Amino acid sequence: MNYTFDFGPVLDGLPDLLWGCAGTLQLALSGMGLALAIGIGGVVLRQSRIAALRWLVIAFVEAIRNTPFLGQIYFIFFALPLVGVRLDPTLTAIIALGVNGGAYAIEIIRGGVQSINKGQVEAGLALSLSRAQVFRLIVLKPALRAVYPSLTSQFIMLTLTTSIASAISAYELTSVGQTIETNTFRSFEVYGVVTLLYLAMSWMLMRMFALIDARCFSYPVK
Amino acid sequence: MDRKQFLFLIGGLKWTLALSAIGFVVGSVAGLGVALARTSGHRGLERCMAAYIALFQGTPLLMQLFVVYYGLALAGLKLDAWVSVSIGFTLHAGAFLGEIWRGAIEAVPKGQVEAAKALSLDYVSRMRDVVLPQALRISLPATIGFLVQLIKGTSLAAIVGFTELMRAGTIVSNQNFKPLLVLGLVCALYFAICWPLSLYGAQLERRMAVAAR
Repeated sequence: MNYTFDFGPVLDGLPDLLWGCAGTLQLALSGMGLALAIGIGGVVLRQSRIAALRWLVIAFVEAIRNTPFLGQIYFIFFALPLVGVRLDPTLTAIIALGVNGGAYAIEIIRGGVQSINKGQVEAGLALSLSRAQVFRLIVLKPALRAVYPSLTSQFIMLTLTTSIASAISAYELTSVGQTIETNTFRSFEVYGVVTLLYLAMSWMLMRMFALIDARCFSYPVK
Repeated sequence: MDRKQFLFLIGGLKWTLALSAIGFVVGSVAGLGVALARTSGHRGLERCMAAYIALFQGTPLLMQLFVVYYGLALAGLKLDAWVSVSIGFTLHAGAFLGEIWRGAIEAVPKGQVEAAKALSLDYVSRMRDVVLPQALRISLPATIGFLVQLIKGTSLAAIVGFTELMRAGTIVSNQNFKPLLVLGLVCALYFAICWPLSLYGAQLERRMAVAAR
């Protein structure tokens, strides 16, 4: 191997790369928020008394979980302008990430909701809590606690998936890396450093989730 | 979309299936090695494998493909694109399958291993005849779930510049300016492969949940 490594261009581009990290975190955190909202909404619809709504949710989940994210993000990217919606690539990427993560979140949260004992719901209603209160306090929070580990590891996956948003040139770490690579031809060095930055970010998010877990989901219930 | 373009997509589909098959089969061999190393009781070996798994589970598949692709070129290996990409998928699959199967091996009741030891079975026979068959059953739903992930993941080879189904789709849609039709068809093809697998995995999971009750 007669190759001399040259990390100079990567070090020069480090500030850009760190801004790229910020872009990635922005995509990831917004995507997570949207995914959580879709997940909770989807679970509510999934239990609806109207069969058509239930089937719609099932079809959505199956369609998203069995097709590649790259196809989904391209589809949204090309489909939105046709219905007259023009968004910048970053917003498009957030929608795609939220829709994709939402489908997984529906399945995960549904598992947690199913684990709630029916007697608890009946007890809540007997104590004249409103349906919304029962859902929020007796169903949703314990369900989220039960599925917290799988939900957060899904969110870490979502964070890693943001790198695919570079395909529609959203502003995030991978696309910043690609720009530096095209300018310097130091492909291996650039992508090696970018990979380590992703590793650092997923590690950081894992720590953050652990903190949230200790703060919000620890017993005794606050 | 004319006949020629459709056949081009089918040609891409073949590569998607080939990449998935290579990644899964060779990755399974690697994953088995990783799982056995992770449960070997040898400290250094276990740490190394844990680091390998953490690296591949904590970074995007796309970056893994890039690094392997350019890394192999740097090492002076002149490989076809499909070989480089296959190596990338294999390393990825090895880490994920290794972690899934480690969990499965550890989920086999301890009494089984102790009984095998009491019957003075050696390590090879203990693993081959007692532990792994049971671990395989336990891990099957998760393994199928990962296979679906891997098939969808092969679409990232398109970004590296390899013409599989997804890239074939973008090439065709650049020719006929019907991106929604072509991408819809491409996604439908992925769905047709992945959905039956997902259903099978879910069915196995339900059956095992009933058996465990």
